[in-house]
Amino acid sequence: MTRFLKFMQSAPWSARFGMFVIAVYVFVAFFVPVLAPFGETELVGSSYQGWDSTYWLGTDSLGRDMFTRILYGARNTIGIAFVTTCLAFLLGGLLGFMSATLGGWVDQLLGRFVDVIMAIPSLIFALLLLTIFGTSVPVLIIIIAVLDSTRVYRLARAVGMNITVMEYVEAAKLRGEGLWWIIRREILPNAMPPMVAEFGLRFCFVFLFISALSFLGLGIKPPIADWGSMVKENAALISYGDITPLLPAGAIALLTVAVNFVVDWFLHKTSGLRDEH
Amino acid sequence: MSTKNKTREKGELVLRMRGLRMEGQADGEWHEIVKGIDLDLHRGEVVGLIGESGAGKSTIGLASMGFARPGCRITAGSIEFDGTDLMQQSEDYKRNLRGGRISYVAQSAAASFNPAHKLIDQFGEAAVQHGVLTKAEADRDAKDLYKRLELPNPDTIGYRYPHQVSGGQLQRAMVAMAMACKPDLIIFDEPTTALDVTTQIEVLAAVKDIVTTFNTAAIYITHDLAVVAQVADKIMVLRHGNMIELGETRSMIAKPKEDYTRELLAVRTYKKEEFAEANDDAPILKVSNITASYGKGITVLDDVSMEIHRGHTVAVVGESGSGKSTLARVITGLLPPSQGSIEFEGEILPSALKNRNKDQLRRLQMIYQMPDTALNPRQRVRDVIGRPLSFYLGMQGQEKETRIRELLTLIELDPDHFIDRFPGELSGGQKQRICIARALAAEPELIICDEVTSALDQLVAEEILKLLQRLQNELHVSYMFITHDIATVKAISDEMVVMLQGKIVEQGEKDVVLTPPQHEYTELLLSSVPEMDPDWLDDLLARRAAGEVVSTIASKPNA
Repeated sequence: MTRFLKFMQSAPWSARFGMFVIAVYVFVAFFVPVLAPFGETELVGSSYQGWDSTYWLGTDSLGRDMFTRILYGARNTIGIAFVTTCLAFLLGGLLGFMSATLGGWVDQLLGRFVDVIMAIPSLIFALLLLTIFGTSVPVLIIIIAVLDSTRVYRLARAVGMNITVMEYVEAAKLRGEGLWWIIRREILPNAMPPMVAEFGLRFCFVFLFISALSFLGLGIKPPIADWGSMVKENAALISYGDITPLLPAGAIALLTVAVNFVVDWFLHKTSGLRDEH
Repeated sequence: MSTKNKTREKGELVLRMRGLRMEGQADGEWHEIVKGIDLDLHRGEVVGLIGESGAGKSTIGLASMGFARPGCRITAGSIEFDGTDLMQQSEDYKRNLRGGRISYVAQSAAASFNPAHKLIDQFGEAAVQHGVLTKAEADRDAKDLYKRLELPNPDTIGYRYPHQVSGGQLQRAMVAMAMACKPDLIIFDEPTTALDVTTQIEVLAAVKDIVTTFNTAAIYITHDLAVVAQVADKIMVLRHGNMIELGETRSMIAKPKEDYTRELLAVRTYKKEEFAEANDDAPILKVSNITASYGKGITVLDDVSMEIHRGHTVAVVGESGSGKSTLARVITGLLPPSQGSIEFEGEILPSALKNRNKDQLRRLQMIYQMPDTALNPRQRVRDVIGRPLSFYLGMQGQEKETRIRELLTLIELDPDHFIDRFPGELSGGQKQRICIARALAAEPELIICDEVTSALDQLVAEEILKLLQRLQNELHVSYMFITHDIATVKAISDEMVVMLQGKIVEQGEKDVVLTPPQHEYTELLLSSVPEMDPDWLDDLLARRAAGEVVSTIASKPNA
């Protein structure tokens, strides 16, 4: 615990700022029903009302409270992006480590399959699949997770390759350990630093990807509050000089920057880079 | 090149180091790693820096060029090169000296050459860059030096790429490259450590010849006193950044003043007391007519047969590429042989690892050369030793804990201190002990030791050998000891097997193999091991030139 605190104290201001922002977002996501003044889909006033003391950030095209929906958007967008990234890492990581450990035709088969998926632009591929399978939240999560796992696979395989050549992996093979044990106990703990850093970056991309899809109308379906679709729904207001539609976009941008600050610091720490004096 | 040579008078002071102190960074804190070193170096003089890892020898070597590695800094003292204090000079000035008037020969030539360029182009690069030579002059010089260093085909070898020549040749090409600008000072940083003994001789001879011919001053860094005794005029013994002793080579070898120097000198004299009696019992391991290859066509092992008896130590000796490690891979099942069989305690072992059962795996354990990579850095000592206990023997809870502690005590590490440590918190020797404990935890009949001492400092290596011997006496385990180091063989083996290019050239009881008459390769191998005698190299080269001893063997293509 003290080591953890000491580690935290060594963080530069950018990383501290990032951690603070992330903490606020997570807090909001958890306690949104308590914090929000209105219900997520509740119609509370007429459409496009200005900022006042009741509706802090005004209302949207249907007369829902903007502030409330931004808070709910934190829960929905971050939650879905987080689950998607976890799934992508589970899938990509496992297959990547398997490729690295087993090699041979397993590696070839998985590798070429991933190449094929990566050859298709992912936004177009996602739009295509979403049109075929419909746009419910579970489908959305699975499709993005699968598409994103290809990139995780590549990293996991590359990192895993460097670890499988170590003699302690050979020692485990000689002991007669199974594939699962080797992946979980010998490779995974040593692959953690780059994987954690990649998790942060991937999370940002997934998050932006979902927002982009929502903006295009194939992401999270209304009336669920989501930052990407909120930008789209209220985009018309910008023509009147109202900055309200930019606030959800700002929320997306801020979180992305915050996560990147933390990841940068973590990467710098774990890569063992030393500043030249 | 000729103008500068005229000023080369032997005995002129080249390097003068006073009160050098350096610090290195670890875990964000600065620790002093060189603690006040004085060093004088004259033209034509070779000073050997000797000590164990962490003694600061490489750091001092680099400091003589006014250079500190990233994470290191020079905190005090002066380094005068040819009368100029390098500490006061700009980075540009120092960069001009390096490669021009001071050059550096690194331990691994293979890692220091750019694999994408021909040797001769790399030879002239620094000289042409510094404006000392034109490309044509550089090429001519290169060929002269290649000839002088007795590289084969000196006129054409420079047009090869680094991977097209052998390790010893590459190291000699690197010595030649260091001479390209006719520097005043050369720093040799363990130039022979990564080489086989027979190639080491070639490089040592090259170094000695170059230094005497051109009256160059040199710093020779190594951990091997016998090696440095061949080339150095003076030896400086270092430990933990302090100078322990400085003296003329001959007088130091003959009469060391300090205890630590005496310890270093006494190294490699360990011998086990009782050798196992030859017996007619059934062998524990019987390898018959093994032929194995990697991929298609490249045969690495050719008709290899050997036996190991219970409680015996069999040393497998050979140079890199002789197939000794491959033999271990075949026995452990990592590389199924194309022909031949392996019998273990009377039963035929399945050739592939995955077809062997748990009990067959348990009885055959392995210890690796590099304890750093053989231990998972994210597993505590408890888990490393505990895993074979639960995996093979089904031990759990208190029983397992007790056994782990027993094993730690057995390998002479205090359980309370070490059981919860990560490998990163252990020294090299301690790590190797943990590897031994991991192998012992499986209660094996045979342990394959693959170069287990060659990555360790000599004093530590000797402790490990003694430990292995004690364990054999107590537990009657057999060892197959793979090594290239004849001293190790002499110390602990009962029988030995000499391998060359995938074939066994000689095998039998150690004393029989070590006593002439021998196979010419065995003789070459034995005669190439440096001795603690400053005249050894000169004598040997003279005797080889006169044809009294084998200098090369016909079947060895890279010599």
